Amino acid sequence: MDYALLAVLALLIGIVWFRIEGALNYKWRWEIIPNYIIRWHPEKETWVANLLLQGVITTIRVSLYASILALILGVILGVARCANNLAVRMLARTYLEVLRNIPPVVVIFIFFFFLSEQLVTAFNIEGWARTIARQEDNDVWEFFFGDMRRFPSLVSGVVVLALFESAFVGEIVRAGIQSVGKGQIEAAQSIGMSKPDQLRFIVLPQALKKVVPPMANQFISLIKDSSIISLISVQELTFKTVELVASTRAIFEAWITTAVFYFIICFSLSMLFRRLEKPSVISN
Amino acid sequence: MSTQPLMIDASNLDKFYGKFQALKNINFSVAQGERVVICGPSGSGKSTLIRCFNGLENHNAGKLVVDGIEVYEGSPEIRKLRQEVGMVFQQFNLFPHLTVLENLTIGPIRVRKKSKQEAEENARTYLERVHIPEQADKYPSQLSGGQQQRVAIARSLCMETRIMLFDEPTSALDPEMINEVLEVMVDLAESGGMTMVCVTHEMGFARKVADKMVFMDEGEIIETAPPERFFTAPETERCQEFLQQILVH
Repeated sequence: MDYALLAVLALLIGIVWFRIEGALNYKWRWEIIPNYIIRWHPEKETWVANLLLQGVITTIRVSLYASILALILGVILGVARCANNLAVRMLARTYLEVLRNIPPVVVIFIFFFFLSEQLVTAFNIEGWARTIARQEDNDVWEFFFGDMRRFPSLVSGVVVLALFESAFVGEIVRAGIQSVGKGQIEAAQSIGMSKPDQLRFIVLPQALKKVVPPMANQFISLIKDSSIISLISVQELTFKTVELVASTRAIFEAWITTAVFYFIICFSLSMLFRRLEKPSVISN
Repeated sequence: MSTQPLMIDASNLDKFYGKFQALKNINFSVAQGERVVICGPSGSGKSTLIRCFNGLENHNAGKLVVDGIEVYEGSPEIRKLRQEVGMVFQQFNLFPHLTVLENLTIGPIRVRKKSKQEAEENARTYLERVHIPEQADKYPSQLSGGQQQRVAIARSLCMETRIMLFDEPTSALDPEMINEVLEVMVDLAESGGMTMVCVTHEMGFARKVADKMVFMDEGEIIETAPPERFFTAPETERCQEFLQQILVH
């Protein structure tokens, strides 16, 4: 049975290959790809990241910041979903349902044009970022945020992505909170703990521990979703690949390389999370 | 005991779950330092009653005053009350993500605003009192049921409350662990000073420590008597039946 499956798979790959080679008359030029990942800078005399690697770095930055923001927003949202106050609960529910039932691309365009633009203008982020970009010693800033001239688009990307993912993180947190037994809350009440203390010391630590696996999943899908923000010109991996394809026409090589990058990032993360989960099982 | 002030004073309490009446016109009082054991068949409202005493359940009618504070739904003083009323649960309800020592100190630190050092010293004293000082750094899941319940008792003791409520503290335990928990409770009762209300089926324990026995059935208090009379000459038929069933085994 396994061999039959493998044979079918091999056949399929063969057909695709044949179509590309034969019908499309595609000329493979794998040799140009490494240069677009990392290249030798003759003037500075060092290796510098080129398009693809720059994209990877931006993707990691965006995903990291968006994850942190989404986690914070998501915990607030999850707590609000379990609140006693009906208005608070309804508000959280509305936010969640709106975001969950609209395709991410649409959400991202709406947020980008209506919200991010407003925010960026309101706080004068653009002017502020340009000032920093002009300074000499902006290494720290560049390390964290990349090219400061692109800072506004990075902020928009992070905010948009975080808002979108926070809805899902919120649902996960809610499930975690509700899985903490009623007895735990009663015990905390019985020693006279205040509501915020019950949440902070008793409910949330247990809830968050329980939701590590689905949360890890959500962050991995956040990395994949981050490709959507290429649509609002955040210069992450997908955006850079589009640029690369436009200038070299190495369609398959570029996209396959990009796919490999995404796979490596996501797969190594899921491996890492799998390791992290183990100790939490023991201490429970 | 009649000269002592009342710690718990309930008059005409009613409690409904939907249409089902869990408590019917309960009149009940506990004086300071008094040790009361409530018994009765399951579903008779014993747990509901003592859960009312620290506001985990809210009565629907009647008046309940505990430690001078009136208890009612949404009372702003409920937290103040709970600091004076300790509770030990059937299912222990220890915090599984905290060590034994942290379980004992979180209340004193967060609620009583004690320093960490003071709270820990105190906690170790009480762990000794429940005979498990060596388990301080373990997690609850690493302890046996009897040990967990003793930690739960110590957790309530650490709050240094004036009243202790026990909600069937030995019902969830394996038979061989019941005694170690009862021993601790007897020790507490005999050291005096603390007001105790205990829901239990452990009649040996009741006979040993109770100042007053209360028998409940179908949401009503059927009989209240000192233990000697309660065990030798119960007045009501239902109480006689119950005692026969429970003492035969």
